[in-house]
Amino acid sequence: MLCQECRKRPATVHITRIVNGRKTEMSLCEQCAREKGELEFLVEPQFPIQSFLAGLLQQGAVPMLKVSGPPKCETCGLTFEEFSRTGRLGCSGCYERFGERLDPVLRRIHGSARHTGKVPARSGEAIKARRELARLREALAEAVKAEEFEKAAELRDEIKRLEKEVG
Amino acid sequence: MTLFPDLTGKALSRWMLADGPESDTVISSRVRLARNIEGLPFPHLMTPERGEKVIEMVRRAFASKDAAKLGLDDAEVIRMSEMSVVDRQVLVEKHLISPNLARNSTSGAAAITPDESVSVMINEEDHIRIQCLYAGLQLREALYRADRVDDLLEGKMEYAFSENRGYLTACPTNVGTGMRASVMVHLPALVINNKAGQVFTTVVKLGFIVRGLYGEGTEAVGNIFQVSNQVTLGQSEADIVQNLRNVVEQIIAQEKEARESLMSEMKEQIEDKVGRAYGILLYGHVFSSKEAMQYLSDVRLGVDLGLLPQVNRQVLNELLVAIRPGYLQKMAGRELDPWERDTMRADLIRSRLRPDGQASASAPA
Repeated sequence: MLCQECRKRPATVHITRIVNGRKTEMSLCEQCAREKGELEFLVEPQFPIQSFLAGLLQQGAVPMLKVSGPPKCETCGLTFEEFSRTGRLGCSGCYERFGERLDPVLRRIHGSARHTGKVPARSGEAIKARRELARLREALAEAVKAEEFEKAAELRDEIKRLEKEVG
Repeated sequence: MTLFPDLTGKALSRWMLADGPESDTVISSRVRLARNIEGLPFPHLMTPERGEKVIEMVRRAFASKDAAKLGLDDAEVIRMSEMSVVDRQVLVEKHLISPNLARNSTSGAAAITPDESVSVMINEEDHIRIQCLYAGLQLREALYRADRVDDLLEGKMEYAFSENRGYLTACPTNVGTGMRASVMVHLPALVINNKAGQVFTTVVKLGFIVRGLYGEGTEAVGNIFQVSNQVTLGQSEADIVQNLRNVVEQIIAQEKEARESLMSEMKEQIEDKVGRAYGILLYGHVFSSKEAMQYLSDVRLGVDLGLLPQVNRQVLNELLVAIRPGYLQKMAGRELDPWERDTMRADLIRSRLRPDGQASASAPA
């Protein structure tokens, strides 16, 4: 049996696919199968991620919040419309300026809108302390729930100490 | 011009000489961190003067005492404008810079260490993109190194960072950790068994990306794939790396299982396939890049399965880069038309795969 695709090489790969209840069968040689078959979906989208993002924004796939004021970043002059066309922000100020509007976009991409990773040491001390506080408060609530009052007291003291430091 | 002749003169980076863990399936691991400088517009809105400022800041950071402590003071800062198009292409082929950076002749630059394991791209989509490369599966090591380089740069400049959003990047797909970790894997048995598709579908569902050898927009050639994280916000760097590692370990296990089943169920066919590929490469005179990559993949599989003891895996790693158009033209010292490239490629492969061409992978090709 010859490959259905090139009709030159013997068919060594037999593919059965069921799509929406319809069954199709193909007999291909290995080379054609590789070019055509299972690896099909790996063929890269011919457009970069930014334009994909831009597409999402423009089609309204990401719900936009109505924000008052001109939709323009005061620092670099980029408009929200430009962003939704190119998928690129202009400067760090854009994140603040377009803050609320970006949330749905970020959730769409990352499933989250809040950073929990590395913090630069330079500006980071306060941030680290705030994160630690949040963690301690959670632990305190759990300790109280579990009626571990000794542990809760320790946690409470730790929180008080940290709160003083953060100011 | 570059001070390291090896940078564009040798196909195999020094970091690749170390035989990394899982090197029979994993070629390399990479961690990339995207960073921007507070108070400057992102590169696509930046004037050339400000672009210069960023290059200068990175240059100073690498010239500092802190850089010396990390063994990074011998890094070379190279401007794209000072390099020929072919030299830039070679750096892209070695994964040291992105095609996007190579195109930026106004402000594009890169700081690269002599062993080529650290490359900081300057004025790419973001002001700074730190890249660390390791042989085999060494994601944690790559993250640790990238983290140190990041600390060094952060000590010399103020990053654009917000408590909620993390490191701010030009494209919101990178915001947060700014980290893209990726692993380059060779999966011939899964492709032969037609299982690669299923495996990747699962990987994608878990939030990871699978791409071809040269990243975004490239097709998978030679059964080599890059697996990387999609999400950069809401998870810590360590968690992302750990998750990616887990996923890659699963892929490796699947590939190894597929290899075993091939060897138990169709040993002769595999031996035949490997032997033929080796023969064709040893005696062929004209190879397109794609064709060469396919046969090299078969030969690599043969090496991994112990069928071709005479072939050195490092030579195969070297050829991954050496047969690319940029490197071939660099070696020829002139522009080559596609036909000349295909014949030169075959000459190179023949000479490197011959038993007497195996001596040293680091010798110039």
